[in-house]
Amino acid sequence: MATDTIASAASAGRPRIKSELMQQRVRAARWFLLPMMIALAVVAGWPLLRSIYFSFTDASLTDLYGAEWIGIGNYLSWRTLDSGRTIYRGLLVDPAWWNAVWNTVRFAFWSVLWETVLGMIVALVLNAEFRGRGLVRAAILIPWAIPTIVSARMWSWMLNDQFGILNDLGLRLGLLSQKVAWTATAETAMTAVLVVDIWKTTPFMALLILAGLQMIPKDIYEAAEIDGVHPVKQFFKITLPLVRPALMVAIIFRVLDALRIFDLIYVLTPNSAATKTMSVLARENLFDFDKFAYGSAQSTLLFLIIAAFTILYIWLGKVNFDGGDR
Amino acid sequence: MASIELRKIRKAFGAVEVIKGVDLEVRSGEFMVFVGPSGCGKSTLLRLISGLEDITSGDMLFDGKLVNALAPSKRGIAMVFQSYALYPHMTVYENMAFGLTLEKGHGKEEIRQRVEKAADMLQIRQYLDRLPKQLSGGQRQRVAIGRAITRDPKVFLFDEPLSNLDAALRVATRIEIAKLHESMNNVTMIYVTHDQVEAMTLADRICVLRDGVIEQVGTPMELYEKPNSVFVAGFIGSPKMNFISGEKAASFGAETVGIRGEHITIVPDNGIWSGTVIHTENLGADSYVYLEMGTEEPVVVRLDGPNTYHSGDIVHISPMDDKVHRFDGAGKPIA
Repeated sequence: MATDTIASAASAGRPRIKSELMQQRVRAARWFLLPMMIALAVVAGWPLLRSIYFSFTDASLTDLYGAEWIGIGNYLSWRTLDSGRTIYRGLLVDPAWWNAVWNTVRFAFWSVLWETVLGMIVALVLNAEFRGRGLVRAAILIPWAIPTIVSARMWSWMLNDQFGILNDLGLRLGLLSQKVAWTATAETAMTAVLVVDIWKTTPFMALLILAGLQMIPKDIYEAAEIDGVHPVKQFFKITLPLVRPALMVAIIFRVLDALRIFDLIYVLTPNSAATKTMSVLARENLFDFDKFAYGSAQSTLLFLIIAAFTILYIWLGKVNFDGGDR
Repeated sequence: MASIELRKIRKAFGAVEVIKGVDLEVRSGEFMVFVGPSGCGKSTLLRLISGLEDITSGDMLFDGKLVNALAPSKRGIAMVFQSYALYPHMTVYENMAFGLTLEKGHGKEEIRQRVEKAADMLQIRQYLDRLPKQLSGGQRQRVAIGRAITRDPKVFLFDEPLSNLDAALRVATRIEIAKLHESMNNVTMIYVTHDQVEAMTLADRICVLRDGVIEQVGTPMELYEKPNSVFVAGFIGSPKMNFISGEKAASFGAETVGIRGEHITIVPDNGIWSGTVIHTENLGADSYVYLEMGTEEPVVVRLDGPNTYHSGDIVHISPMDDKVHRFDGAGKPIA
């Protein structure tokens, strides 16, 4: 409401007659924004533009500055053979790339889905009043607070095929008939990565949803109690619609993170084609295979995919970042 | 139609006892007002009746049937909250219809008729498609009342419904609630307020609470004319009743005497007491004169019409004989 009034006052005042106070505010706002804009331009804008530029060149690690412009060759090039057959080459027809895209999308979908469901459950529990709630709230954040490299190493040890505790437990409890190489087997690698990521990031989701839940006035639930709304119905008819703005923002944060996933997979399943994501593949080409230009093209495409997805999500989901959805 | 009976009701939150044994009978179709200073337990008592809070000990009966453990939705009640508690994501219509759509056996058409009937009663029909945030405070409160009416309750509970409204709107809505009570004369209404004017103007009977116990239950005039404690005498009536103790009271044979400002007359020179004018307030139709005469708080005299006295004037006053309330050392009236 308040922001609406300010915004409408600002737009109403646009036909020239701006009050001195308004001018002062706009000036101050610009000064406050300036350092941020400069920092963004230096650490995000410039590298992005360089990356995009390199993707149209034949740059290699050994000769970055001698790179020459080759147009869209890294993305798509074709040659017609004498026999009349046309051969396509480049990123857009590279099965390894599309495998990575598919892996990334699959990973993002399942991890965010589970994190949302579990995060919602955790948030609902933490929103209830019980003794020691503060302690539990702090404890639940621990997985999220541990650096990814550390927790990925920890899990890779627990998932170890020979000495891992999970195999040991599974055997003792009779759940497994033989030891499984969780991270090395193509069929289980993605699941292993998903489990670790969900374990790690559910607390973050829960925290964001909890913040949304606490914005809902308590007396609404009392009114619902008197209206005789069944708890399940209460959740779907009252809690969910009211927490939706916070939930949508939380989901997009997580989706963006998941689409860029790198560190966890790099540590846990570095060379498995079953889990290789866009970021992991791009890094591999950039530095390991010395195909700098090709890796740049992959980075650029990754950027475009994420940007397109974000715009689509905000547009379709009518996400309101100022939280003024009520 | 529902009568409500409270038997030795107690409510404790942890170690803190908020309601300390309340016996009360609310008659069917009655407008009962719970009044008292903040922290006296009046809202808690209402929440106990609604079922939103559990009773620690004692019995609660609706029409003679025990409802101690009955869910709020099964008690046949409707409640209007101080903060309105409207569902912010639903339109006015959906807010009012929500409870009914959950109950079995109401067709769409019936629900629509009931919502529209309630909306007509409260003149909010033109807002049915709006969201609560598009309404003013007074309109939201009407919607909250409308939502309660739609449920067709046997008991109507109000928890300080007017305290978020401005003064003019408060008076207007107060009148509406009084009219509502007249038009729904088979519905029992319980109304919580800290405002004694609301209590006096709305109630069939008032229940004055203090520190979790009932001080007095009676019609507004009973409380005004025959308060059975210093507390009730001081709480009911505006301006507050004057209390005079010590020697001046001893001459009346009491520890404390209470006399309302409207029951004191200023006399030329042969009054019982005299005092110095320290402050005056002109309200137009009447005026208040504050006198310093050695009592704990200044004595207030209410005059008809505008005030003609000035600070520093020494005036003689006389209480109307049959209007003097005499209290003993325990604050109880002397018959």
